[in-house]
Amino acid sequence: MPPLLSRRLLRLLGGVTVTAILGFLLLPALVVTLAAFNGKAILSFPPETWSWRWFAKAIEYQDFQAGFRNGLIVTGWASSIALVVGAAFALALERYDFRFKRALETVLLSPLVVPHFTVGLGFLILAAQLGWARGYAVIVACHVVLVLPFVLRSVYISLRNLDPRLELAAASLGAPPLRVLITVTLPLLLPGLVSGWLFAAILSFNEFTASLFVTAQSTQTLPVALYNYVREYADPSMAAISVMYIVVTATLLTFANVFLGLAKVLNVEHPR
Amino acid sequence: MRVLVSPAALCAFGFVAALAAVMQYSLRAYVPGSLEPGGFTLANFAALMKPLYARVFLDTVWICFLTAFFTLVVGYPLAYALVHARSVALKSALLVITVTPLFLGEVVRTYSWIVVLGNNGFVNSMLLKSGLIDQPVQLMFTRFGVVTALVHVTLPVMVIMLAAALSHIDRDYERAAASLGAGPVRAFLTVTLPLSTPGIIAGVTTAFAWTFSAFATPQLIGGGRVNMVSNLVYQLGFASFNFPFAASLSVAGLALTFAVLALLRVASRPLERFGPY
Repeated sequence: MPPLLSRRLLRLLGGVTVTAILGFLLLPALVVTLAAFNGKAILSFPPETWSWRWFAKAIEYQDFQAGFRNGLIVTGWASSIALVVGAAFALALERYDFRFKRALETVLLSPLVVPHFTVGLGFLILAAQLGWARGYAVIVACHVVLVLPFVLRSVYISLRNLDPRLELAAASLGAPPLRVLITVTLPLLLPGLVSGWLFAAILSFNEFTASLFVTAQSTQTLPVALYNYVREYADPSMAAISVMYIVVTATLLTFANVFLGLAKVLNVEHPR
Repeated sequence: MRVLVSPAALCAFGFVAALAAVMQYSLRAYVPGSLEPGGFTLANFAALMKPLYARVFLDTVWICFLTAFFTLVVGYPLAYALVHARSVALKSALLVITVTPLFLGEVVRTYSWIVVLGNNGFVNSMLLKSGLIDQPVQLMFTRFGVVTALVHVTLPVMVIMLAAALSHIDRDYERAAASLGAGPVRAFLTVTLPLSTPGIIAGVTTAFAWTFSAFATPQLIGGGRVNMVSNLVYQLGFASFNFPFAASLSVAGLALTFAVLALLRVASRPLERFGPY
């Protein structure tokens, strides 16, 4: 085979493969969208009648509303605490040497590989032993630990990409360290901070397994409410919620990509 | 300095305390009908040796391996396309499509797969309509169904890790191979693939750990017929209130995760010297 032809064939093959993989990635989202607009309560493909009613039913459902409110409380606290704690630690990690540096880093990154059911069970037992009721404090603490690695990573990467000469310039012009931090370092870190906070918020809002262990009936977050619904009912309300989820998340991430550069934050771009 | 580190140290302390609580509970006796554990004992760990539980452990490890393997196979071409995409628009589209499922949460994604795989779900409806089958194929409550959904759940992380490794490979190496007469396939197999080994190791390791952590997917798609350690822990805790035994299962699971991760690391060490670092 002449080299040009074989090269073309290779490109075509690659294109077909990647399209098939994208199809696999998108299939559930497309199918669930079809299901959400199904007029009847029983699934059928393609739907015989179309309707918006499952969206109305999902929005009006009490448990989903409560779950949404609880989720916002937990996520608001957890992502903000994780942002402050994570950004401070990332800064210390990049700039200073201190005792137990490596050990602390390892412990704080380990929730990435420790199963969430173990973390959830741990916080549940801890709360029981300390005599705390299963209130918001335990859920927030649990979520902070779980999302911290993502904040750490995203702030740490932007710190590494930051040109230290800019800070030196500010310092040499007479700015004291705190002023350098506030007027130079933090503004330059803003994309990393915002995306770290955004990742933490989305992950906390959607965290399920650990939440199942640490929430009670009155504090259950949206994913827990959704799980209980799927176990009990089979109507397409859940599909409607899923569609809302997909649309909101994809919009947020597109926004993050345009304004913050996801490729840079995720470190999947060639540095240069 | 201390201001920067102490909040993080407090979080680390909380996390370690939670894990210590699990360890401590795993050594306590179960008192039926009571939420309070009894005295210290090794009975929980002895009970783990029963064939019933040993089987769930083996099943779990097997499902994790299958998932990690297929996620790698499916994720690599996508990561490669993501890094090598020429236009910015295509790159952004690929990135958003890849990353979005990561943030949807396990319940929403698992539900979507129930709609795809169920007996009157999408796949079966299409197959029935096309006349290829005349009875629904059982996809729910099978290991195949569970692994399919788990591959979908783990794919974004795998792609991010592979793409991170691929994007940091100097393109000059591939160009050098090409200029020395290697075709694109040979250049890929002898240069790019070996250089991306660190990404492969990181991706497989994370995929394994994430699959081990999965709960909603095996619970809802496995439907009790495919059980993983996570499902057992939950049942023991919330159906039989046997928290000490649930804790000992968690500890064993944790030990197993770390053992497998260490094994993966050791096994991949001979490969690592090909890496760019």
